[in-house]
Amino acid sequence: MSIKIYIPRETTADSLGAELLVKAISTEAQYRNQDLEIVRNGSRGACWLEPLLEVETESGRIAYGPVTTEDVADLFDADFLAGGKHPSLLGDVEALPWFANQERLTFARCGIIEATSVSAYESLGGYVGLNNALATDSNGIIQEVSDSGLRGRGGAAFPTGIKWRTVADCKADQKYIVCNADEGDSGTFSDRMIMEGDPLSLVEGMTIAGIAVGADKGYIYLRSEYPLTQVILEEAIANAEAAGYLGENIQGSGKNFTIEVFMGAGAYICGEETSLLESLEGKRGQIRFKPPLPAIEGLYGKPTVVNNVISLASVPVILEKGGKHYAEYGQGRSLGTMPFQLGGNIKQGGLVEKAFGLTLRQLIEDFGAGTATGRPLRAIQVGGPLGAYFPDSLLDTPLDYEEFAKAGGMLGHGGVVVFDDSVDMAKQARFSMEFCAVESCGKCTPCRIGSVRGMEVIDRIVEAETAEARAAEHIVLKDLCETMESASLCAMGGLTPIPVLSAVKHFAADFEQ
Amino acid sequence: MQQLAGPIKYQEWNLDLARKAAQEFADHTGGLMKALHKIQETFGYVDDSAMLMLGKVFNLSRAEVHGVTSFYHDFKRSKPGTYTVKVCQAEACQAMGSDKLTEEIKALLGVDFHETTASGDFTLEPVYCLGNCACSPNIMVDKQTYGRVSVDGFKALADSLAVAAKAEAV
Repeated sequence: MSIKIYIPRETTADSLGAELLVKAISTEAQYRNQDLEIVRNGSRGACWLEPLLEVETESGRIAYGPVTTEDVADLFDADFLAGGKHPSLLGDVEALPWFANQERLTFARCGIIEATSVSAYESLGGYVGLNNALATDSNGIIQEVSDSGLRGRGGAAFPTGIKWRTVADCKADQKYIVCNADEGDSGTFSDRMIMEGDPLSLVEGMTIAGIAVGADKGYIYLRSEYPLTQVILEEAIANAEAAGYLGENIQGSGKNFTIEVFMGAGAYICGEETSLLESLEGKRGQIRFKPPLPAIEGLYGKPTVVNNVISLASVPVILEKGGKHYAEYGQGRSLGTMPFQLGGNIKQGGLVEKAFGLTLRQLIEDFGAGTATGRPLRAIQVGGPLGAYFPDSLLDTPLDYEEFAKAGGMLGHGGVVVFDDSVDMAKQARFSMEFCAVESCGKCTPCRIGSVRGMEVIDRIVEAETAEARAAEHIVLKDLCETMESASLCAMGGLTPIPVLSAVKHFAADFEQ
Repeated sequence: MQQLAGPIKYQEWNLDLARKAAQEFADHTGGLMKALHKIQETFGYVDDSAMLMLGKVFNLSRAEVHGVTSFYHDFKRSKPGTYTVKVCQAEACQAMGSDKLTEEIKALLGVDFHETTASGDFTLEPVYCLGNCACSPNIMVDKQTYGRVSVDGFKALADSLAVAAKAEAV
């Protein structure tokens, strides 16, 4: 009998040698005359256990991780195909507290199924949402999404239902669904993980969005740093087409929807929605003035839904289980779950999907198990390069859009980057300005010039010889940040002061070397 | 650290071939971006002579084509080395010592960012986030990401890549 084993085809696992592992296991199996089938799933999100290998046994899936090519002969000797003992044996991976304590809705299938298989997707609730959507009408779908309380997971947290309603209400000969998969924020990788591990959830979410607002054409704007993701997405799209879930007359409903993957070219600013649309039209990725909103005049001037990957990939489960079910998770105005991403100097990094409301401490200590280096934690940046740096005294801040804003931060796309006590916060503040200077689209002066001036001022603060001189430069920095915040056209220049000023506020000593 | 992929074979610059590639996308959404990607992938860079040609294909001025090409980090204007090595400079990798790794890589290869080694084997570039932030620091060689890269790991990798480049050249 052929034994099934699962090895992720996913960037993290791949970056640690998963592809070599697949080859080594196949070769060894052949040599030992062992019949086995290797299924390529996505990652379950425990990056610290990758490459994670799972064997399907009579008593369920048994995991081993991290596994490298050097372990292969040992694994066979240990009879891993029957769940034999080996130093890398983890047992039932879902029983590990790291997984057992998560609340997975959007990522429910991720890492479990063969990533691009429609039948595997359907076997775990896939396409129930689309069928429910086809059984109701535009209003019914949008009502369900509104009831779920889903807010844009890309960072801006705008209510998805309202955006869809706006596009649905526009009269136009052509409308578009554009998925923002230009996941450029450092410390974030949830978009990539769902696109590699459960791409059909995004495909289904976009299809539902198309039906809801009356759009028949969808684009996934994917960053070019994700070449493997492109391959997997295109495979999933082709499989969905072959199964009648994309293309013309979807499931006999008379509705049409197609999806194309469009590659970015290494520009962070193209994660800003209007800049993304310019790029998608083949132009420089320079931002547009708003209004008009893309919902009214978007791609080629047509009404366009621009949603983040996670927002769209959360739609199938909302339509499957109902908006009210989704809204039972979370708290206040932050409803549902958020896939938090633990990265940087962290022992057990990876993707943790939880309802809003757990604290930063729970995330970092309970899931992350502290720093990778074992040194004391000193700073945490939440929400990407435009998010605030928090000191450990703010560790008890609940992960919730409003609570984070109250503490002077922002949740953004849910990326959490941990730094130990070797971090130089003046250097980090300078880097925020430098990054803005490198990646600014150049359209508005506060961002383009302000970021360069920001680097210079921070240099002068650090090099100041007297306290008076330093204080004077601090006034200039504050003034500059105020200008950037209030006069920049988009969030790039407008939010860069957040990490800078939070570093000044919480880590003042680092600026006095 | 083991080598995970071999070198990409770029073709010698050929304007006619580039034009043919571009014409395929003449009436596509964002056709110019697609054409630039295709040219970049085929030749490793976008030659200056492509500006006027692309303008004609897409009914744009040479300045507009130049504007788009120069806006994006991915589109190079001169032939790169056999491998393009990108070292992540963003926060998550900084938290795991990417600054030091970057310095060591620069010293080892004897080049700064945006430069190519004398051997022609490596072009070094910065990159801001490869989306593998729980396994920092990260680098990317052509289309392959490598996680938890140490200085010694990079040395071993660079050696095997250089050997593979030579074998390819023979």
